[in-house]
Amino acid sequence: MLSRRSLLLAPAATLIASQAQAAGPLKVAYVYVSPVGDAGWTFQHELGRRAVDAALGAAVKTSFVENVEEGADAERVIRKLATDGNDLIFTTSFGYMNPTLKVAQQFPSKKFEHATGYKRAANVATYSARFYEGRYAAGVLAGRMSKTGVFGYIAAFPIPEVLQGINAFTLGARSVNPKAVTKVVWTSSWFDPGKERAAADTLIAGGADVVTHHTDSTAVAQAAEEKGAFSIAYNSDQSKYGPKTCLTAVTHNWNEYYIGRVKAAIAGTWKSGDVWGGVKEGMTKLAPYNAAVPEAVRKDVDGVMAAIGAGSRRPFAGPIADQDGKTKVAAGQALADKDIAEMKWFVDGVQGKV
Amino acid sequence: MDDGVMLVALLVATLRAAAPLILAGLGELVCERAGVLNLGVEGMMLVGAVVGFAASVTTGSPVLGLLAAMAAGAAMAAVFAVLTLRLHANQVASGLALTIFGIGFSALFGAPYQSHPITGLATLIFPNLSGAHPLLQQLLLVDPLVWLALAAPFAVARFLARSRAGLLLRAVGESAEVAHAFGYKVVRIRGFAVLFGGAMAGLAGAYLSLAYTPMWTENMVAGRGWIALALVVFSTWKPLLLAAGAILFGFVTIAGFQAEAWGIPVAPNLLATLPYAATILVLVLISRDTLRLKLNAPAALGKPFHPAG
Repeated sequence: MLSRRSLLLAPAATLIASQAQAAGPLKVAYVYVSPVGDAGWTFQHELGRRAVDAALGAAVKTSFVENVEEGADAERVIRKLATDGNDLIFTTSFGYMNPTLKVAQQFPSKKFEHATGYKRAANVATYSARFYEGRYAAGVLAGRMSKTGVFGYIAAFPIPEVLQGINAFTLGARSVNPKAVTKVVWTSSWFDPGKERAAADTLIAGGADVVTHHTDSTAVAQAAEEKGAFSIAYNSDQSKYGPKTCLTAVTHNWNEYYIGRVKAAIAGTWKSGDVWGGVKEGMTKLAPYNAAVPEAVRKDVDGVMAAIGAGSRRPFAGPIADQDGKTKVAAGQALADKDIAEMKWFVDGVQGKV
Repeated sequence: MDDGVMLVALLVATLRAAAPLILAGLGELVCERAGVLNLGVEGMMLVGAVVGFAASVTTGSPVLGLLAAMAAGAAMAAVFAVLTLRLHANQVASGLALTIFGIGFSALFGAPYQSHPITGLATLIFPNLSGAHPLLQQLLLVDPLVWLALAAPFAVARFLARSRAGLLLRAVGESAEVAHAFGYKVVRIRGFAVLFGGAMAGLAGAYLSLAYTPMWTENMVAGRGWIALALVVFSTWKPLLLAAGAILFGFVTIAGFQAEAWGIPVAPNLLATLPYAATILVLVLISRDTLRLKLNAPAALGKPFHPAG
């Protein structure tokens, strides 16, 4: 009796489910690690969500939960979103990796996408961006704008993603000024405006005339503006914090990626996988230049961005030496993706310790 | 750039980093000397930071901003005072609640002010700061609040040691019953001490949002309230030691950045722990005399006072 009943019910349930999917809008949810704010990592994901809304209108129904701590709390939030009938859930911080996989296992009919992670499943895709490509172009810009050839880099933690940025920036700067030096100062915190500020002050006092950062606040752009030094911001456009001195920003842009994935989910062509996009995919861009950047420099930096996008210029193409002068990448070769992803060393020209 | 400028920059940055710790720490010190433990410093600093910022932006006057921040900090402290002094709620729990409330409230209240860059106090006073000679630029960065933070420990020390009101405040912190028996209004005196602590925490918060990093972002105090609290204990409740501890903490933080900027190879993780390790070590060494420590700790600290009859 029981088996007959379930036999009868099963196809009916599938029918209802597929009808619901076809009729109503696709429900898409986002989980953010910090408040949305007006600049930074989470803000860029939120811009992506809004872009999905704008592009797909009534075909989707998006929502987000902000300020979700990584760990047990994340699992609860993700499970709630899945139970609430969301069909596609983007979890946008590295620490959501295991919670995402755990919930995904319990909801095999739902689709999940985890940013910056490396564990996947049939219904869990991962995505990340080669921000170092934008960093390289920013390095070229810094190299052209600097008088001292000394750059300050305020960084949070020595993890591969941060080291990629520092190295690419330095290589970019050295491509136009072979004597350029990047001084790295660690703040040991993703977000502490006071510390970022003090670090920037110290670097500027020490002769750096362009500062950039891999932290989450806008303090560095502001410190540079106050001291009359140039800055290159990260994550979001921060020109209003440095109207005279913030040259540009290496920005994150998830808009096209999110629109594409949501469209695929609606069309039923969504598949799990891993995307590591860069300039070509539009995932990293440069914010509009400051008025202080001369026309010739703009053209050159735009050229570098175009070359990276076309694949004719690769930031980690040899010859590259490490801090001890040892050859890491021979001329004519380029670093493999795996080695980039696991980067744990500094290129020649970086002053600092991993 | 020459080393002279670097050295001055190091000193100036040290004082700027220490100022909020001194201001908030002094407030808490006075509060604890009266026998009240208020763990809400972080929350009061956040509310001070956001209210000071908002008032400064809407009125255009940083002085009004600072006053508003002090009032906001004191208002938070007043809630704490009513809970703990009138209703005899647990001080530790109430203080923690105050911090949690402060984090949430400041985020809510501050949301519309997130994207509002303002001119820092130093640049406001000297508009030509960015074009000044590097050495002069450094000196001009020492704004009035830093000077206040340097002078205040002496004033508080003098108040506690030499004035009648200070003596009363300490008496209440040592033995509320005895002070009560002598006819002094224990709850009122403690209330004033708590309000002072709140106002100072509010001022310290406003220093962060108006002078140090002239902006408002959520949670921008980033744990400085807790460091101020720890400094109070490690300084054995002495204002001058507290200031010394705060300056030491600031110095080791900034010197770490400086060492990296100079190219001295130190592991970043070690540098991150150094300020804490150095400050604790030095203050513990200074106050290793257990008898003196016991004598200095306010005997009635954290104990609720129920007047008999």
